[in-house]
Amino acid sequence: MAEFSARLKELGRYPALVAGLVIIAIFVGVSIYTPIVLPYSEAIRLWRGAAGVWEDNPQNAAPVWLELFTRDRLPRTIVVNTADDGTKTEQPIGDGMKRVEITLPFQYPYDGFPKELKLFIEVSYEGVGVPAALSWRTADGRTIVLQENRLLKRSDIYYISQDEDLRTQLSGMAPHLGLFASPEDSEKPLKGDYRLVLTAEIPAAAQLDMKLTVYGQIHGLAGTDERRRDLMVALLWGAPIALIFGVIAAVGTTVLTYVLAATGTWLGGKVDRTFQWVTQVNLIIPLLPVLIMFGYLYSRSIWVMLGLVVALNIFGSTMLTYRAMFLQAKEAPYIEAAQAYGAGNSRIIFRYLMPRMAPTLLPEFVLMIPTFVFLEATLAVLGLGDPVIPTWGKVLEAAFRQGALLKGYYYWFLEPAILLMLVGVGFSLIGYSLDRIFNPRLRTV
Amino acid sequence: MREVISRLGKYTLVRAILLILALIVAVYITVIIANMGGELDRIRQAEVRSEIGMQVYMNPAYRKLPPEELKKLIDTLVETEFRRLGMDEPFFPKRSFQYLWNALTLRLGWAERMMSDAGSRQVRLIILERLPATLLLFGTANLLLFFLSLFVALFLSRRYGSLLDKAVIALAPSSAAPGWFYGLFLILIFAARLRVLPWGGLVDAPVPETMLGYALSVLKHILLPAVAVVLSSLFASIYSWRTFFLIYSSEDYVELARAKGLSSRGIEMRYVLRPTLPPILTSFLLVLITMWMGQIVLETVFQWPGLGRTFYQAIAIHDTPVIIGITVIYGYLLAATVFVLDFVYAILDPRVRVGAAEARA
Repeated sequence: MAEFSARLKELGRYPALVAGLVIIAIFVGVSIYTPIVLPYSEAIRLWRGAAGVWEDNPQNAAPVWLELFTRDRLPRTIVVNTADDGTKTEQPIGDGMKRVEITLPFQYPYDGFPKELKLFIEVSYEGVGVPAALSWRTADGRTIVLQENRLLKRSDIYYISQDEDLRTQLSGMAPHLGLFASPEDSEKPLKGDYRLVLTAEIPAAAQLDMKLTVYGQIHGLAGTDERRRDLMVALLWGAPIALIFGVIAAVGTTVLTYVLAATGTWLGGKVDRTFQWVTQVNLIIPLLPVLIMFGYLYSRSIWVMLGLVVALNIFGSTMLTYRAMFLQAKEAPYIEAAQAYGAGNSRIIFRYLMPRMAPTLLPEFVLMIPTFVFLEATLAVLGLGDPVIPTWGKVLEAAFRQGALLKGYYYWFLEPAILLMLVGVGFSLIGYSLDRIFNPRLRTV
Repeated sequence: MREVISRLGKYTLVRAILLILALIVAVYITVIIANMGGELDRIRQAEVRSEIGMQVYMNPAYRKLPPEELKKLIDTLVETEFRRLGMDEPFFPKRSFQYLWNALTLRLGWAERMMSDAGSRQVRLIILERLPATLLLFGTANLLLFFLSLFVALFLSRRYGSLLDKAVIALAPSSAAPGWFYGLFLILIFAARLRVLPWGGLVDAPVPETMLGYALSVLKHILLPAVAVVLSSLFASIYSWRTFFLIYSSEDYVELARAKGLSSRGIEMRYVLRPTLPPILTSFLLVLITMWMGQIVLETVFQWPGLGRTFYQAIAIHDTPVIIGITVIYGYLLAATVFVLDFVYAILDPRVRVGAAEARA
């Protein structure tokens, strides 16, 4: 125990290392937590966003914490339907018909206007369509007729925000603004109780229900994208994907290269020359273009890309560095001693040469992880992200492609970017500290 | 002496042959990948067939022909077109080697879909048109990065352990992110928020008429991408050069020189910089070569009309000749540099004796 605390104290001498470890530990924690609360198949289902999954989410809504930077209360999404708060009265009027009146009341306490208004109507009635009248009561008691005679279909969605007649009636203001604007100051919404009223005459056996969605400007801890998806799904699942991709690629390339470099240098002769030659061939083939070509022509699966990255990096430029190191190491007297007592080639390579150089491998390995994490993002930005799995790179790409910077949806770009940056910096902090710890020469100079 | 020269000659020859072999294999692999291992031919053939079919059906002259004869006509036309495009031969082995041979002899040929802005379909002209933009951006950025990091590193190695040294070293992890990533942040700050610098592109539209106006406009556009390139690797580069100088300045012969009372300037020039010259030169040459490919993503993010973006566009529309053309020139540049470096090493570093390693082995 005493030894352990001494070790910890030793660690304390490298605050950068501690900081890096903390950052990475948090991401590892998130990576373990995510699959538990949001299983993979569920995440994919949500991210693919089949019809209905995100219908009550606003489009391009900012994250809720944005409210901290403003004094206004930013509007959140309000959903009112017949089953909860709505009131429904039915009155038989003879001829097998009935008159239905549905009122959807809601309170609007926010300082900004909603993003959009939609009314979802369900009628269980096979026929040409039922005429219905829709009206709107504002907080100050004015009544605005939305539609006098709307023919309701079985599953009817009334896009109130896009109703051009209504816009004309509201003297040119978009309906989701005009319906809330105060008559004195059209820049400000009226706070208070609103209600939407529908009256229709339908056959006595039919059912009529509806739901009003007043889309807010902010949604969730991460905000939403242009397809109304909650970005949280991608941000959460991006963590394990990024870590797995980075670590496997780094392990694959460093360890394989390391073993091959040690083997080649020790055996020398033909093996060594072949390895050097293959490295040369590999250096001439540029990595990223080959990945892009492969992505365009064959497969964009992140795992195929991962395999390809590892394969193309085995004989990469690190091969030359390791070779130079092993050339020095193999002259060491203890190797000669091992040979003298009759150690075989594989024993010398695995038990004597490789462990000796391991300290130089470790920092380099850690420093390589962020390179690969960003490589995934790079591929995604080029439109070669995995077609199914949500990753940070894909969010970044979507933000870039949809002009998030131009339209001012900064959160959309900043969230994945900052997460990527944090992972990168976390691993780099660890890597550079390890470099100093394992290269004592640098410490004593 | 004669023995040395003949050994040198043999060594050079072996090196050159191995390098050329490596180049051939690398280009051949590129040819195969860029053609999807021959699979792309099937796509091209289907395209030719549908295009000719379309033309025949649209042509009023053939409207009266019976269906069988129409089909026969299409078949002959398609066959002629295949022969014209050389697609009547199988991809393996004949056409793939033809691609390879043309590439190696730098007969870059004609692009399949791409066109230079001047309207030419010659791959050579397309490359030449985009090259200046890439060289301008990456020449500026890479040279700036190279010399800046070298001088700062040398400066810091003299002040090892000072506050400035620690601060710069603490910034090294910033290089974990690639250039385009910083580019996006820079665009966010300077183009989207402050609106002082352009979002991307090479010059303003409309293009300024005076030379000076043009130069100023280019300068304004190059600022963000160049800074992004420099920022993305400056601190890591300083870190590694500094480590490197520190290791060399703790060598015994440097201590001896210090003990002899030489000036620190003299020590630096003669005992620290001299032995570090080969690696510095290597990395300088590599900096020069990597300029050729540009940076695919950075150019895409900044809409920079350079080779990197052209390469990416060529891949996206399967324009094989352009892909192979750019790759093969890169391969030649790299092979030539590696070859030249061997000699430069021998000249700069007396320890690297030609054939010494072989003699020992």
